[in-house]
Amino acid sequence: MLNTALQIAFALVSLAFLLSFWRLLKGPDAPDRILALDTLYVNTLALLVLLGIYRGSALYFEAALLIAMMGFVGTVALCKYLLHGDIIE
Amino acid sequence: MRHLLPHPLLSLTLTLLWLLLVNQLSAGHVVLGALLGWLIPFATSAFWLEQVRIRHPLTLLHYFGILILDIVHGSFHVAYLILRGPARLRPVFVEVPLALKTHLAISLLANTISLTPGTVSVLLSGDRRSLIVHALDTGDSDALVGKIKQRYEAPLKWIFEEGSD
Amino acid sequence: MIDLLLSLLILAGAMFTFIGSLGLARLRDFYTRLHGPTKATTLGVGCLLVASAVFFSVREEGISLHEVLVSLFLFITAPVSAHLLAKAALHLKLKSLAPTPAPDSDSPSNPALERDRAD
Repeated sequence: MLNTALQIAFALVSLAFLLSFWRLLKGPDAPDRILALDTLYVNTLALLVLLGIYRGSALYFEAALLIAMMGFVGTVALCKYLLHGDIIE
Repeated sequence: MRHLLPHPLLSLTLTLLWLLLVNQLSAGHVVLGALLGWLIPFATSAFWLEQVRIRHPLTLLHYFGILILDIVHGSFHVAYLILRGPARLRPVFVEVPLALKTHLAISLLANTISLTPGTVSVLLSGDRRSLIVHALDTGDSDALVGKIKQRYEAPLKWIFEEGSD
Repeated sequence: MIDLLLSLLILAGAMFTFIGSLGLARLRDFYTRLHGPTKATTLGVGCLLVASAVFFSVREEGISLHEVLVSLFLFITAPVSAHLLAKAALHLKLKSLAPTPAPDSDSPSNPALERDRAD
């Protein structure tokens, strides 16, 4: 049962990935693309967690943690660039 | 005492974070975590401008309990709105006047608003007197403001500021 | 029993993740799109992380709690990114379905506040 659930979950998260990617390509404005990128980071995180359960390996967790942090830092940096035209004040 | 342990709460949090990060509870890691929790506040003391004072810890726990329930409820609500389609949404910007003064309490309120049903905090006015909030689907914006003030702002004010001035 | 709980958590998590992205793709202006990823996706990944914590706690002896760390991190950072994005969008005067508030004394740079928010 767990395996079936995992496979359905993989499909759903992949679809989510595609939808976010579509928004990333379509835009229409910079904040939309940043939001899409941020969502892509979180979707990747979801995929990694699922993969960790599927393979029964805790190793993927470290990658998930790093991706969560990079995603946040990236989003904040891009937003600050939009707000001030500059990242480090 | 204050020189030896400038931010006790921060130290405790850091120790707990370290234990969560290594994901095991052994004496060695407790000591290492406590050491880090003691050293890091010194290294970063320049960033901690105001001392955090929690006046009512139990109310804070209760607040987090309510918050978790509201996050779950809020996500179901937003999911329903998204599935129902964009045509029937009534998005609106509302302005919430703030009674909170400390940075931490305002940040917590803004984050709470973003995580709970159908609202995202958008902009804090320059004088920190009001917060502009975007609501996804609202018929009655005054009721929304009232709900935010009564459900979230009042307990935060009680926890962090009551009796301080 | 544990299997059932895990499957439910995983399905709920994946469903919420999907709905969040659906909102991102489907809604019509930036400010409404912002709601999907901040709330639905965050809770979705939260569910998946809880499932992972339960799974590894059951499979190996000793409880596994470091997933809590990522969940906490997500729940703290998601509203911060949303706030910054919304602020950037207001700054750039994006098209909005709701009437946008008057740009009051929004000083373009207030570093002290910004840092406060990012913490």
